[in-house]
Amino acid sequence: MRIDTREKLSEIKTANSGHKKKVSLYVCTGTSCLSMSSDLLLERFEILIDEKNLDADVEVVRTGCLRFCGQGPLVIIEPEGTTYTQISLSDVDEIVEKHLIEDTRVERLYYEDPKLQKKVPLADEMDFYKKQKRIALRNCGLINPWRIEDYIAQDGYRALADVLENYTPEDVCNTIEKSGLRGRGGGGFPTGKKWFFTLREESDEKYIICNADEGDPGAFMDRSLIEGDPHALIEAMAIGGYATGATQGYIYIRAEYEVSIEPLRAALSAARSYGLLGSGLFQSGFDFDIEIKIGAGAFVCGEETALIHSMHGWRGEPRTKPPFPSQQGFRGRPSTVNNVETFVNVPQIILNGAEWFSSIGTEGSSGTKVFALAGSVRNVGLVEVPMGTTFRDIVHVIGGGAPEGKAIKAVQIGGPSGGVITEEHFDTPIDYYSLNDIGAMMGSGGMIVMDEDSDMVDISKFYLDFTQEESCGKCPPCRVGTKRMYEILDRLLAMEGTPEDLERLRTLGHNIQTASLCGLGQSAPNPVMSTMQAFPEEYEAYAYRTKRTAYEIDLSLCIGCTKCKRVCPVDCIEGELRGAHVIDPESCIACGACHEVCPKDAIIEP
Amino acid sequence: MKKQDVLDTSNLDEQKLAELDHRIESIEGNVEEALIDILHQAQNLFGYLPYNLQRYVAKKLGLPSAKVNGVVTFYSLFSERPRGKYTVSVCMGTACFVKGADKVLNRILGLTGTEKNVMSEDGLFTVQDVRCIGACGLAPVVTINDKVYGNVKPSDVDDIIRRYKKGDEYAD
Repeated sequence: MRIDTREKLSEIKTANSGHKKKVSLYVCTGTSCLSMSSDLLLERFEILIDEKNLDADVEVVRTGCLRFCGQGPLVIIEPEGTTYTQISLSDVDEIVEKHLIEDTRVERLYYEDPKLQKKVPLADEMDFYKKQKRIALRNCGLINPWRIEDYIAQDGYRALADVLENYTPEDVCNTIEKSGLRGRGGGGFPTGKKWFFTLREESDEKYIICNADEGDPGAFMDRSLIEGDPHALIEAMAIGGYATGATQGYIYIRAEYEVSIEPLRAALSAARSYGLLGSGLFQSGFDFDIEIKIGAGAFVCGEETALIHSMHGWRGEPRTKPPFPSQQGFRGRPSTVNNVETFVNVPQIILNGAEWFSSIGTEGSSGTKVFALAGSVRNVGLVEVPMGTTFRDIVHVIGGGAPEGKAIKAVQIGGPSGGVITEEHFDTPIDYYSLNDIGAMMGSGGMIVMDEDSDMVDISKFYLDFTQEESCGKCPPCRVGTKRMYEILDRLLAMEGTPEDLERLRTLGHNIQTASLCGLGQSAPNPVMSTMQAFPEEYEAYAYRTKRTAYEIDLSLCIGCTKCKRVCPVDCIEGELRGAHVIDPESCIACGACHEVCPKDAIIEP
Repeated sequence: MKKQDVLDTSNLDEQKLAELDHRIESIEGNVEEALIDILHQAQNLFGYLPYNLQRYVAKKLGLPSAKVNGVVTFYSLFSERPRGKYTVSVCMGTACFVKGADKVLNRILGLTGTEKNVMSEDGLFTVQDVRCIGACGLAPVVTINDKVYGNVKPSDVDDIIRRYKKGDEYAD
């Protein structure tokens, strides 16, 4: 069937709305759960439900990310919302037997709130979910991403129908501009304005491009959006195409995301078969289609000019701007490049109005932001909150604080281009202006929590190792500069640095920030600069060589079990059975192997 | 003396070359834009991209081989060296790093007796560090071919690698 009128869209919506059966069992197949074989769980549920003749009352839904990744694999059973966590294959039989047949609950699989030490049966009652507000992720985990009908049932493609019937391209750009939507990929540029720029250009062909080259280590927002709700992206790109005058869209996605490409391909062909992509959408004169372009592993391709070069089949090197992609982009034609999260907000803005969107969040930063919360935090997962939420709320309430009661030292946002936020700024509302005021940036949404054990110099070295390896090599400040910064950090960590090295780092960092060609180079020193400012004493301890770098044994706790001695890779532990053991600090390489095996926690970390 | 420049592809499997030809011929539109895609396919067929294969692709697409080599060496997923039967990837995303992925990596390198990205002598392993694979909930994460190991501690590694050495990789 071809969907070319609102009536046909409504028909499909009505036919697919509401729960199709008495009980719906949602199995998360987001990347994290899938890595723990949630596809096997899904299969097992289907087999058992068939075997026990439950299929008249129970439907099994294969969903995208249910967001609470740290507790995966997850299953939510509606209508009541019972949530089972960390399920293994052997638990499936019990859930079917007890929950679906006997109508009792499998309480041992409930999530246990680590603070209250109490089992919480329903997702809506968990701290992790309570403070969240979902716009971008609204369908993620609630629909089957493989079924276009499920998306249509949630008002999918209605915004596109509205736009094609009632809006001129200028109207769309105006609405988006008024809503205050800004680029979610890190830059924060007003989306409506960007669309206007492309609209204004005269050309025989224009393009709209989705940047799905999510390269920040520790970030998984875009991939979850694509896997969980691919049609929202497709619809948004069609709207963007109409608004800017493009008839061809491209989704540039990193090759590492093989799992995400599959549902996206399926979604594109489903949309085509319904006539929601192709020629004359909704009986208008507007033609639009989307192609997927797959990268090959290069962080710099997240920069828009580099991304376009990669689409040409070239090395993904950035170039100077202007000309901006809106003037000369893909194939030299005007092109708009937006991030996945930016796009998926668009249909919601059209459906609910610009005022609705700008009423959420703070002045100048409308809407919500999705963060990938990970690192030393109890509740790892995807978090969508209104702009203006504080770090404290995200880390301590939604995230539940650090495990084992450790103190949280800092939060790193923005990945290799960002910096750290320290405790004193935890009450800062997260929006573009407030972050700017404290010298930080929004970034794309990676949020890594670091506890008291994290060594900031070591973490800076990690980021610099990343950037110097990913530097495309085109401009010397970034190519040579990041390498030198990395070497200085390496030297400091090996206790071979000098106090002068700190000044060298600062000067070098400043030069790279001001002289690099593209945004990635300009932001590459940020992790070092921000940690040097927030934790100068950690750098000084290395530079003045006052840092302890060896493990030590607490003699009052050591029972002489010899476990540490046996595991030490450099044989630097001395001691007899049942006698106290001692580590030779000169030879210790601080690998931590002894610390891990000690049954008495007698080994003190440096 | 005339410079010798003969493209010798005798060490490459003919059937695979024919398959690659077929795919190159079915490209629609701009050939250059398809380069990255063709290189992905060539690597899938041959396992890696030796120099003569790169030149073969260049010739077929009518591009300078310097350009093809430039692209191959730019992107981290393309490999110019043969790879072991098992590709062991240690995630070095921030979440994994914070939870000790570097220690896991060193342990694996020690056990397989290799350096990063160099095939082990027995042809079994290529060990590499990879950028975030987006499974931060399971940090630290190691993947061996398609199998994912989550929450890996350095002490777990011995067991895992031993299984692959014995050949019963699927035993859990």
